[in-house]
Amino acid sequence: MSGSMEFLLWTKGPMFDIAIAIFAIGLLVRITEIFMLGRKKNFAEARAGEWGPGFRTMFTRTVADPGTFQRAPFNVVVGWVWHIGFLMALLLFLPHIALIESLTGLSWPALPNPVISLVTSVTLVALIATLVHRMTHPVKRRISTVEDYLVWAVVFAVVLTGWLAYYRLVNPYPLVLGMHILSAEIMLILLPFTKLTHIFTTFIARWYNGAAFGRKGVQS
Amino acid sequence: MAARKPTDKTLGESLRERGVSRRGFLKFCAATASMMALPPSMAPAIAAALEKAKRPSVIWLSFQECTGCTESLTRSHAPTVEDLILDVISLDYHHTLQAAAGDAAEHAREQAMAANPGEYLVIVDGSIPGPDANPGFSTVAGHSNYAMLMETVENAAAVIAVGSCATFGGLPAANPNPTGAMSVMDLVKNKPVINVSGCPPIPMVITGVIAHYLTFGRLPELDAYNRPMAFFGQSIHDRCYRRPFYDKGLFAKTFDDEGARLGWCLYELGCKGPTTYNACATMRWNDGTSWPVEAGHPCLGCSEPKFWDAGGFYNAVSVPTSASGMNVLAAGAAGVVLGGAVAALAKKQTKAAVAHRQPVTVEELEAKL
Ligand code: SF4
Ligand code: SF4
Repeated sequence: MSGSMEFLLWTKGPMFDIAIAIFAIGLLVRITEIFMLGRKKNFAEARAGEWGPGFRTMFTRTVADPGTFQRAPFNVVVGWVWHIGFLMALLLFLPHIALIESLTGLSWPALPNPVISLVTSVTLVALIATLVHRMTHPVKRRISTVEDYLVWAVVFAVVLTGWLAYYRLVNPYPLVLGMHILSAEIMLILLPFTKLTHIFTTFIARWYNGAAFGRKGVQS
Repeated sequence: MAARKPTDKTLGESLRERGVSRRGFLKFCAATASMMALPPSMAPAIAAALEKAKRPSVIWLSFQECTGCTESLTRSHAPTVEDLILDVISLDYHHTLQAAAGDAAEHAREQAMAANPGEYLVIVDGSIPGPDANPGFSTVAGHSNYAMLMETVENAAAVIAVGSCATFGGLPAANPNPTGAMSVMDLVKNKPVINVSGCPPIPMVITGVIAHYLTFGRLPELDAYNRPMAFFGQSIHDRCYRRPFYDKGLFAKTFDDEGARLGWCLYELGCKGPTTYNACATMRWNDGTSWPVEAGHPCLGCSEPKFWDAGGFYNAVSVPTSASGMNVLAAGAAGVVLGGAVAALAKKQTKAAVAHRQPVTVEELEAKL
């Protein structure tokens, strides 16, 4: 007989192993590939160093410049809000820290649960706003692909089920906790093969940009 | 206890004979009403029903078990009304409690079955080696557990599985389940099966289910695991008195730190209260003295299926049960090798393409049009 508890144990056991293996293999394939392909050798004489500007750009590109903000204030503000909310819920909620500690041995202090639940609620609203914006904005709608909607749905499912589990709004609880873990596992599995890879490649790409600028001696 | 015919005495008469006062009896009825989530006004109705109820014949079968469930029931302090209720139900057969042995004991079981067809209750503790398992793994009087269970439930009114072994397989069914142990509900399909899980279950829950059956003449409302909603409808976590600390994010990190002394939440120490449905937090143990979380120990989740295989008792609920850091490391290493291979292949293809490049002229293209 298969009930909610068996489902939860499946997501915590065999399914977790599968997801983490696909994630680790997939991500390292992608990143190793990127690094090994590298760049064409540049024979021009470097005008300045690469490392400084590389790191600087990792930071400066993270904060939108005033022009971008004026052109797309919604993208900047809502994008920031939900990214930060997601990261806070992911990294500062005690059960998540316990999980990370069990895998890596690393741990840090958690935020009180009410703070996390507030942050999560805000994140949910922001995520819905991004979907509405994507579907109503004339340009965004046309450039959106199936993958964009898939990635949105997976991220939203992870946050929504987490929120439902926290408030214990679905009975029995093992069912909703299992759904939350399963959606997080689907996200892990999709991560190396969709734009979700940006979680790991954004800063590498920014460094590359900055380093190239640095070499050419332009502002980074 | 030799083959005893269920007497015609009512429960009320038997209780009075045993010196239970009217007051004590009503107190028990009020407690029963409240634990079955009935309004207090129901207590007199329960009392009246129990007063008149005939003692049902009960056959108690013990299979692959540790006797903990029987201990829980019989050691529930000085004789309580609950004990007496059990005493005065006509417990016609119980391996551990009956005085008769051997043929006489088996005879008692057969007689109880023959005398009350369709009316007797069967209580089971312990798991059963399934029909495909070696029947010799566990036998009573030369009968395999499986054969005895199936024969006994044949004409029963209902089956009450007591303890996590009978309800879910429990310890005997834990990985790798050497005896092919199964639960009662895995095997009994044509009779109502009520699961009173727990390792062991709270004595009051066992007697509560029997009291409910006697009072209303039918079985209580059950959850998805056939457990009575009145006792298993709420999780430990939802009724835990430490819950305010969980909500505030105040957790004990070790068993002897400041947080532990201040009674903070035991989530980080492995408490399975959030995923466990049982009545410990409300009914408590040892005559309502205390319960595990109150004593400073995390809930083990003993009333849930597969609790022995659900990961370490001292790991938080969010910790996966099997993945080890080594798996992730191995997967990562495989990924690096694979990524290297993919990149090398891509480079090779690019080089080959450059080497074999065959420029096309405009004239050639035009000729093709
Ligand atoms: S001690 Fe256990 S049951 Fe109580 S609030 Fe903490 S996690 Fe929940
Ligand atoms: S507190 Fe948890 S482990 Fe302990 S008896 Fe109750 S349900 Fe079982």
